[in-house]
Amino acid sequence: MSTAAATFVSRFGVWWTILRICIEERLVYRGDFALGTLMRFLPIITQTFLWTAVFVGAGGPAAIGGFTRDEFIAYYLLTYVARAFSSMPGLASSIAAQVRSGEIKKYLVQPIDLLTFLFLSRLAHKLVYYAVATAPFALVFYICRGYFHGWPDAPTLGAFVLSLMMSFLLGFFLEATLGMIGFWFLEVSSLLFVYMLFNFFFSGHMFPLTILSEPWRTIVLYQPLQYLAYFPAAVFLGKVQGPELVQGLLGQAAWTFAFIVAARTAMHFGLKRYSAFGG
Amino acid sequence: MPVVEIEGLTKSYRVYQKNEGLLAAVRGLFHRQYRTVDAVRGIDLTVEQGEFVAFLGPNGAGKTTTLKLLSGVIHPSGGTAHVMGYVPWKREHAYRRRFALVMGQKNQLWWDLPAQESFRLHQQIYRIDATDFDRTRDELTELLQVRQLLGRPVRELSLGERMKMELIAALLHSPEVLFLDEPTIGLDVVAQHNIQQFLKHYQEVRQITILLTSHYMKDVAALCRRAVIIAQGRIMYDGSLAGIVDRFSGHKVVTLAFADDAELPNLARFGTVVEARAPKVKLRVDRPKVAEMLAAVLSQHVVSDVSVEDPPLEEVIADMFQSAEASLATADA
Repeated sequence: MSTAAATFVSRFGVWWTILRICIEERLVYRGDFALGTLMRFLPIITQTFLWTAVFVGAGGPAAIGGFTRDEFIAYYLLTYVARAFSSMPGLASSIAAQVRSGEIKKYLVQPIDLLTFLFLSRLAHKLVYYAVATAPFALVFYICRGYFHGWPDAPTLGAFVLSLMMSFLLGFFLEATLGMIGFWFLEVSSLLFVYMLFNFFFSGHMFPLTILSEPWRTIVLYQPLQYLAYFPAAVFLGKVQGPELVQGLLGQAAWTFAFIVAARTAMHFGLKRYSAFGG
Repeated sequence: MPVVEIEGLTKSYRVYQKNEGLLAAVRGLFHRQYRTVDAVRGIDLTVEQGEFVAFLGPNGAGKTTTLKLLSGVIHPSGGTAHVMGYVPWKREHAYRRRFALVMGQKNQLWWDLPAQESFRLHQQIYRIDATDFDRTRDELTELLQVRQLLGRPVRELSLGERMKMELIAALLHSPEVLFLDEPTIGLDVVAQHNIQQFLKHYQEVRQITILLTSHYMKDVAALCRRAVIIAQGRIMYDGSLAGIVDRFSGHKVVTLAFADDAELPNLARFGTVVEARAPKVKLRVDRPKVAEMLAAVLSQHVVSDVSVEDPPLEEVIADMFQSAEASLATADA
């Protein structure tokens, strides 16, 4: 075996062990985890009723922002899938908390990359989540199958899967960058509140971003948050096609790369600045 | 060649200075006051391979900061340090595979999982051969008598059991240098003794280099021949433990037991009476005066027992810290 191959095998062994242990840890508190997973489906029901009321009510519009009632509800269900990949609950706050408490020291004395460790840990959390949530997701989509007008073609489905993968990477590195700000501010909860507020509206989680009026629509479609919910859902529904789809995927890849660099840079300078004062 | 070489190492922190009260908190929003804390002030130190060195000093003296610098957790403000030829704060993996840091107040194990899972992760992270891993883990769990606890979640272990597991995790990759920051803090006497015995045995067998900080003089006396005393970020003493008493204590503790139960003689003219409970009197006597005092007392009284001892190490070091802090405060002023 060549040296490069041996190094990869060795690294893979580390990654696999981290992943396995993180999965085991995630399964310790089964009750809390199961309840948390299932409760996330409740808003789907309320949102379905809300948008049905908006469209079906007296004098309701035929379409808003290019989305019909069925597409609107289908869109909303798809953003749930996208957010299952891109949302990173507790990531930034836990990084900042570990900086503040000094717990982060344990990663600094071991021959391991902090960001790789956090990434694998989050990947493990997601895998467990998907394992538990797949059945409820499938049930919800089956019940709501009437809102979808068939499956998209294979290239669109491929683009959708690719955008979901990138939304996971983008969501992780974006929140990791925010968490690294904890090296400067120690407490990032207010910053996270602002971020979550913007994320809620400008990721397209609440409504398709195309319903915004100009110039907001253009501004919002140039920022990275759209790739966390709006873009994958719009791709699945065929709202983004052809050159626009390629451009969107390239934009998502560029933002993902930018935040990988940002997280690495923030960690590099943050660790240099880290004082571990008082404990 | 020394394993640890430190020259002029300094570390200063800029900390927010908050005054008491709501008004001060509001004022702090607009006009923050900072002060610089010089945790380590230009220390020089060398440690040879196989030494077991104690870092002693009051809280905030700079002991833990020095260990953090040597383990690469933080960057220095100035000076240089090399451990086994590596600059610690470059955080090279090659260096991190050759040392370990154990902090008595910080948990490095996975809280909700059994310790054996953390050990398995360490095996991968440190690339420990499977056979070596099994042998080392079995040896360490046997020595520390925790084999039956390997499958129990860490959160369910007692403090002493947890510290034993922390030590095993730190030693699995057979580090050549071990930094121990108050490893017995909060432990009961039995657990402290067990960990002391283990560390002593391990260091003697493996001949690794250990730097230990502890407030427990029993740890230090049981384990270390060399002590480095730090106060306000400066090294005040570097030498043998026995030398501390010789150098910093100007008196002996003399205990006399008088044969007759009659009224105890007044011995205040010879020194400071620490305790007087018939038939015994304990007093501090300046070293040069001990012989003269004993001759005088023995010639005038019937004494059934006499002992002349050095004062306890804790007492000497506490006195020394106080005088060092006073003199440094004067110098800084």
